[in-house]
Order: sequence, then structure tokens, then C-alpha cells
Amino acid sequence: MSSTSTSQTQIVRSLDQEVALIERVCAGEKQLFYELIGPYERSVYVAAVSILENQADAEEASQEAFLKAFAHLNSFRREAKFSTWLITIVLNEARSKRRKDRRFLHKSIDEGGEDKAGEYVPRDFADWREIPSETMERVELRRALENAIASLNSAYREVFVMRDIQHLSVAETAEVLQISQASVKTRLLRARLKLRDALAPGIDGAWNIRDGSWKKVRPW
Amino acid sequence: MALVEISCVEVLREVSNYVDNDADRKLRERMEEHFKGCEHCLAVLDGTRNIVRLVGDGRAFEVPAGFSSRLRSVLARKLRI
Repeated sequence: MSSTSTSQTQIVRSLDQEVALIERVCAGEKQLFYELIGPYERSVYVAAVSILENQADAEEASQEAFLKAFAHLNSFRREAKFSTWLITIVLNEARSKRRKDRRFLHKSIDEGGEDKAGEYVPRDFADWREIPSETMERVELRRALENAIASLNSAYREVFVMRDIQHLSVAETAEVLQISQASVKTRLLRARLKLRDALAPGIDGAWNIRDGSWKKVRPW
Repeated sequence: MALVEISCVEVLREVSNYVDNDADRKLRERMEEHFKGCEHCLAVLDGTRNIVRLVGDGRAFEVPAGFSSRLRSVLARKLRI
């Protein structure tokens, strides 16, 4: 996998500029739609992949979502953020796709909505202090992280992705996922603690990168 | 006035809000006092922060190569842009 230049694009335009762009697209300057959506391509894809757990399906859902966004651009209400409006569209698209997919028949989209379940107790309390920056670059750590996120059940994964990867606020996350803000906070706590459990070096070892090679101290 | 002690269970329930600066001042102070004397909870706090830091740099779930150009092809074909 590699990122596209668009995915790295910083959103530097102002809200006014964005509204002006939307109005021009609605008025017939269709080619400006590319410019309008460019900064959000990654957000839309990440939202889709958080539900569909598969690159190809997520890409298809993203394309469908952008087509729908274009078709319904006139109905975009300015009081919402364009980014959260797009994410809502792609979440609906991805969920609809997931419902039709035989692979997910045994899994409910609401699985794990166990907000009221007992306290989550971290598996171990192993020390995991500041990560050295060179460790952050390790492919193994990145892969372990992606696998750990994928292994979360969907209710936790969606909240985690919206909050910690998409950087949506608690209120925005609650809005796009149609859950309460209290649920957002509870699920985020669970997701973060579960990921910590999966990735913390644990009592059986520590990050060992001193000799320039990665020493596996965890099963992954 | 002395701070009211807080239990590990309460700290673990609030650790995510603490990381997000979403705990009120009094609660923060009680948690900070707890972290000074509880290595277990401090380890969970550090680990939680590490997770947020690891995914926060925008490199998790990178879009597949060619995503943008394929998207443009689809939009061009279907919307006649």
C-alpha cells in the first residue's frame, strides 16, 4: 500500500471557500467537484474500510458515496460540516454493502454494543513508556497495529476510527454513528484499552531495537 | 483541602477521557495523584497515550495506490465531468 498525494493534502481552504466551491458545483461547474472532494478522499476511504474490513470493497463503497454526494449536493445543509456529511454518506453506503455481503451474515453490525457490560480490566499492566521514534517506523509495529484494529469488534472499531484516526469530535462521532456521546466515550475507552493490551510489550519482554534488528517479544 | 483518593477501577474508567483532556479539574488532580503512587495505572495511561500517538499520525489505513485516479475515472464516466 502506498498513499496518494491527495491523501496527504492538507485542508487549507476556509469554510467560506468550501461553501463557494459547493455553490459553483451546484450551479453547473461540475469539474470543480474533484477539487471539492480531494481533501476528503482519505477520510471517506478510512470510514468505509472501518466497516467493510476489505480494501476493494471499501474503495467501491467510497466511489459510490462520492457519486451519491454529487447527486445530493443540493441538499447539503450548511450547518453541518461537509466532511461529516460525506462520512455519513459513506457509512450508510458501507453498511448497506455489508448487510448484503454473505461473509458478514453471521456478524451483526451492532455486535459488541456492550456499553453497559462490566468494567474492562486490562489484561496486564506491563510498563509501556514512551515509544522511541525509531520504533514508530517499524513495519512490524504498524502491521501489528492494523491487525489489532481489525480484530476489534465493529462497534468499537468504528468509534476508534472516527475519533483517533479521523479526529472527529465526540459530538461529530455520535452524530455520524447515530449513537449517544456517552456510548462514544465508553466504546473509545474499550477500544483503546483493548489495543493497548494487544500491543503493549507485556510482562514477557520489551521493544528491543538496540542492535538494529527487531526482536519479537510478542506472538505477532 | 486534601484530595479524595480515587480507586484503580475509577481511574481505568476515566483514563481515556483523561488522555482527551475531557476530565474536569478535580478529577484530573485526583488521577494525577493516583498515578504518582500506582505503577499499574501509570502503565495503562502510557500505553493508551501510545496507541493514540501511533494512529494519530495519519498513516494507519492508508488509501490503496491508485485510489485517486480510479475514483476520478469513475466520476468522469458516470457524471460526464
